[in-house]
Amino acid sequence: MIHDFGVVWSERALLLSGLANTAILSTLSAIAALLLGFIVTPALMSKQPAVAGAARVFVDGMRCVPFLLFAYIVYYGFPSFGVRLDNWTSGLAALTIYNAAYMAEILRGAWVVQPREPIEAGVAFGFSEIGLFRRIILPPLLLSAGPVIGNQMIQIIKDSAFLTIIALPELTHAASSIQSRHYVPFAAFITAVFLYWGLCLVIEAGVSSIGRVAEARR
Amino acid sequence: MAQFNKVLDVAGVSKRFGDVEVLSDVSFQVDKGETVCVLGPSGSGKSTLLRCINWLERPDAGQIYLNGERVGINGASIVMGDRDLSKIRTRIGMVFQHFALWPHLTVLQNLMEAPVQVQRRPKAEVRDEALALLSKVGLSEKRDAFPARLSGGQKQRVGIARALAMRPDVLLFDEPTSALDPELVGEVLVVMRDLAREGMTMVIVTHEMGFAREAATRVLFLDRGRVVETGSPDRFFSNAETERARQFLQRYAGDTANGRR
Repeated sequence: MIHDFGVVWSERALLLSGLANTAILSTLSAIAALLLGFIVTPALMSKQPAVAGAARVFVDGMRCVPFLLFAYIVYYGFPSFGVRLDNWTSGLAALTIYNAAYMAEILRGAWVVQPREPIEAGVAFGFSEIGLFRRIILPPLLLSAGPVIGNQMIQIIKDSAFLTIIALPELTHAASSIQSRHYVPFAAFITAVFLYWGLCLVIEAGVSSIGRVAEARR
Repeated sequence: MAQFNKVLDVAGVSKRFGDVEVLSDVSFQVDKGETVCVLGPSGSGKSTLLRCINWLERPDAGQIYLNGERVGINGASIVMGDRDLSKIRTRIGMVFQHFALWPHLTVLQNLMEAPVQVQRRPKAEVRDEALALLSKVGLSEKRDAFPARLSGGQKQRVGIARALAMRPDVLLFDEPTSALDPELVGEVLVVMRDLAREGMTMVIVTHEMGFAREAATRVLFLDRGRVVETGSPDRFFSNAETERARQFLQRYAGDTANGRR
C-alpha cells in the first residue's frame, strides 16, 4: 500500500496539473455562473410574464437535467447543429450554464425574503433598473446568500469531475489515468479525494469571511 | 409667476386599490418653507398620499407639480420613463416609517450613495456635505457604523440626513416616529423641529399631535381618502370645524390621558 502511494507520488506532476485544471475550471465557471445569475435573477423577478416565464423554464429545465447528460449534449450533441466546441470550451460552457440556473434560483430565494422598504427607498432616491439592482438590491442578496452560493461552488467543483468523460484533463481524469497505467486504484483515487477536499476547504474559508462581513451588517 | 413660491401642488389626486377608494380628489399646495402635517385616523390614505407625490404609487387621476414641473407625466401626457421619473424623484426627499436604510452600507455611505450614484455629484463635495449633515443630526461618531448597530432613533436621524443629502426641494415624512420606542421619539422630533425652523419645506404624516400643533405651519386632516379640513394648527386643535376632526382629536386626547400616545 505504501508502495502504491509512492507510485502516485511519482506521478505528482500529473495530479497537480489536474488539480490546477480543476481549480481553474471551477473558478471560471463559478464566476461566470454567478454573473449569468445576476441577469437571470432579475428576469425571474420580472413583472413581465413572458420574461419571467422564459427564465423560469430555463431554471427549472436545467435543474431537472443530470449534469452528466447535459455535458454529453453540449460536447456530443451540439456538433449535429454545427456547433463544435473543444473539450475545454464545452466543459466550461456546460458547467457555467448548468450552475447559472442554480445561482439564479439561490439569489431569487434570497431576494423574496429581503425587506421591501430599503429597495423602495432606492426607487424613491432615484435609482432605477440596472443601478437599482446593482447598488441597492444585489449587495444584501450576496451577503445573505453567501453561504448557499459557497455551497453551490463546492457543487461546481464536484460536478467538474464529470468532465473527465469528455477527456478534460482535470483532477479525476489525472487520477484515473494514473490508476489505469499503474493499477493503483485506491491510492490514486483517495489522493484525488483529499485534493478535492482541500479545494473545498478554500471555499469554506471564503464563505466564512463573507459571513463575517455579513454579520457586521446584520 | 404665481407658482413661484409654490413648491408642491397636488391637484385632484385619486387612487384606488381594487374596490377600495384610498384617495379621492385630494388637493393641496405647499409653499416654500412650509411644514404641512397630514393627520387622520389610520387607513385614511395619508401614507398613500405621500407615496403618490413621488410616484411610488401611481395616482389614478389628478396632477402633481413640483416647482411647476409635472411629476410622473411628461409634456406629451405620456407616463414618464424611468430616467425622467428618477430625475424628479431626486428632488423629493423621503423619510420612511421603518427607516429603510441600506443595510450593506455604513452610515456615511448611506448618505453619499444617491448623491454620488444618481445625482453624479463630485464625491469629495458630497462627503463634506454628508459629514456636516451627520454632525447636524448628532451622529458624527457613528459615520462608519452599519445601520444594524444603531438604535431606532439613530436610524431615523440617519434616514433624515440621507434625505437631506440629496438637497431636495421638499421632504416627505411617512410616520417617521411610529416605529420608535416612546423614549426615542424625542430625539427625532428635535431634528424635525430644527428643520422646520430653518425653513425646510416638509410634508409630514404623523400621529404626534404635540409636534403638529407646535411645528406645523398648516394641518391637513384626512379621513377616508378625503381632505376633510385644513388650516392653521392653532385653529384645528382648539376649534376644529368638522365633527369628524373633533372626534379624532378627542380620541387622541383620551389616549394621552390614558398614558398612550
